[in-house]
Amino acid sequence: MKEKLKIFTNGIFKENPVLILLLGCCSVLAISVTVSGALGMGVALTFVLVCSNIVISLLRKIIPDKVRIPCFIVVIATFVTLVQMVVEAFLPDLHSALGVFLPLIVVNCIVLGRAELFASKHSVGDSFLDGLGMGIGYTVVIVGIAVVRELIGNGTLLDKRIIPEGYQIGIISQTPGGFMMFGFAMALLVYCLRKKGKKFEPRIGCDGKCGSCRENCESRITDLPGQDETAEVKS
Amino acid sequence: MSKQIVSVSPHIRSSRTTQNIMLDVIIAMMPAVIASGFLFGFRAILLVIISSAVCALLEFGWEKMMKKPVTVQDLSAVVTGMLVAMNVPVSMPIWMMIVGDIAAIILVKQLFGGLGCNFVNPALVGRLVMMFSFASAMTTFTGSSGIVDATTSATPLANAGALGWDQFLTLFLGKHGGAIGETCALAILIGGIYLIVRKVIKPIIPLCYIGSCLVFTFLFGGQNPVMQIFAGGLLCGAFFMATDYVTSPITNSGKVIFGVFIGFLTAVIRVFGTYPEGVTFAILFGNVLVPFINDLTLTKPLGGIFPKKEKKEAAK
Repeated sequence: MKEKLKIFTNGIFKENPVLILLLGCCSVLAISVTVSGALGMGVALTFVLVCSNIVISLLRKIIPDKVRIPCFIVVIATFVTLVQMVVEAFLPDLHSALGVFLPLIVVNCIVLGRAELFASKHSVGDSFLDGLGMGIGYTVVIVGIAVVRELIGNGTLLDKRIIPEGYQIGIISQTPGGFMMFGFAMALLVYCLRKKGKKFEPRIGCDGKCGSCRENCESRITDLPGQDETAEVKS
Repeated sequence: MSKQIVSVSPHIRSSRTTQNIMLDVIIAMMPAVIASGFLFGFRAILLVIISSAVCALLEFGWEKMMKKPVTVQDLSAVVTGMLVAMNVPVSMPIWMMIVGDIAAIILVKQLFGGLGCNFVNPALVGRLVMMFSFASAMTTFTGSSGIVDATTSATPLANAGALGWDQFLTLFLGKHGGAIGETCALAILIGGIYLIVRKVIKPIIPLCYIGSCLVFTFLFGGQNPVMQIFAGGLLCGAFFMATDYVTSPITNSGKVIFGVFIGFLTAVIRVFGTYPEGVTFAILFGNVLVPFINDLTLTKPLGGIFPKKEKKEAAK
């Protein structure tokens, strides 16, 4: 049970797809201007991620290794098309807010990355939890950044005016503000993780077992007992 | 603080400290500030005072919060604050200017490690942030509240074609619309000469910058190349911003490259760009290239071998 919970929370904190694995940054920077858009994007991505993880995990023994990436993309594209049609039909406002980034979930690194790294190697239950955790991790980050950007940049929250009329700091809602807030969020998460004493592993797919690892990474040399301080944070 | 390595003697001794250099810079800016008081009224001076106080306070607060050694007494934050204020029009709402101060001190200076570690000029980033955030407030130039009779108008750069030689004196004395500290060319020149006489700055960067801007504006067919020198923030940028120690090259040849390059960029932006003013972008872009210019113009010690490779290994 504890292990299952760990798979779930992994995506939210230790291996947060956006802030630690640095995947899918493009949509985070572009969509985090308004909270409502960010929420919609987060839910859409979580849905696609969970569904594609389940299906790919089910098909993992059937999919031939050599053509696995096209197979993954076909599965992912199916769900994205589904989401897109539903959003277009029932939430036209959200559809216009998300624009091109909704169909672009097909090539979102998080979805493809989890299919390749996790779902194609683990059982259906685990893949479901991983997809859910990663999706929630993404949603929390994008909504968090959007709250700050909408509040500081525009003085509103979910289109309700919080700070009086006339207040607007354009640069926060423009692209530079996105990068700034992204950097601050990253620093905050790493700070919290370090404060908690959790070891910070910047490598994707690193299971901490250096013996079976072919990567000749730097942490391998420095990752000796008693030197944990220096092994931290190498991103 | 980083470890200090004491090398073999002889050592250079100097009574110069950051504090008295910054004090010289503040004195050099005084003519421009006083001139702005005459031109735009008391509010201009008030903005300068508020901005420097806010910057000093921000630096103090941040360093206390992060438990770093407090460096407010070196006055660099005050200089940054004054420069931010000199870059805004007199009608600027105060809270907007404070946003610029925050961008300058917190975002560029403190987050990158404090004085000496900022990769671009803090005051210019403050200006840039304000320009992108409050475009209309930043370009509403008015001089109506001043002692000198002036009217609201675009900066001379925005309508450079309409200028004749008879208006040269107006431009030189600063009786036109513009940001607080950049209109009075005379006051800025006095301050710049003071800095050069006191050996706070070398004249290389300002001369190369202004000279190359003049030449390139002429080559690109810009209107009134000489007039353009005295208009806009070119003089202020050349003397007070481009010469910032941290973000300008160390070697003399590097300074020449830097000056000519930002002059070229300024001319390109002014003549071909959609913005009337290109000083901010040019200097910031030059700042980013400074480490490369330093690498390119590395000097050889007398009798020594080229230290480039050894240095890299030693750094590791």
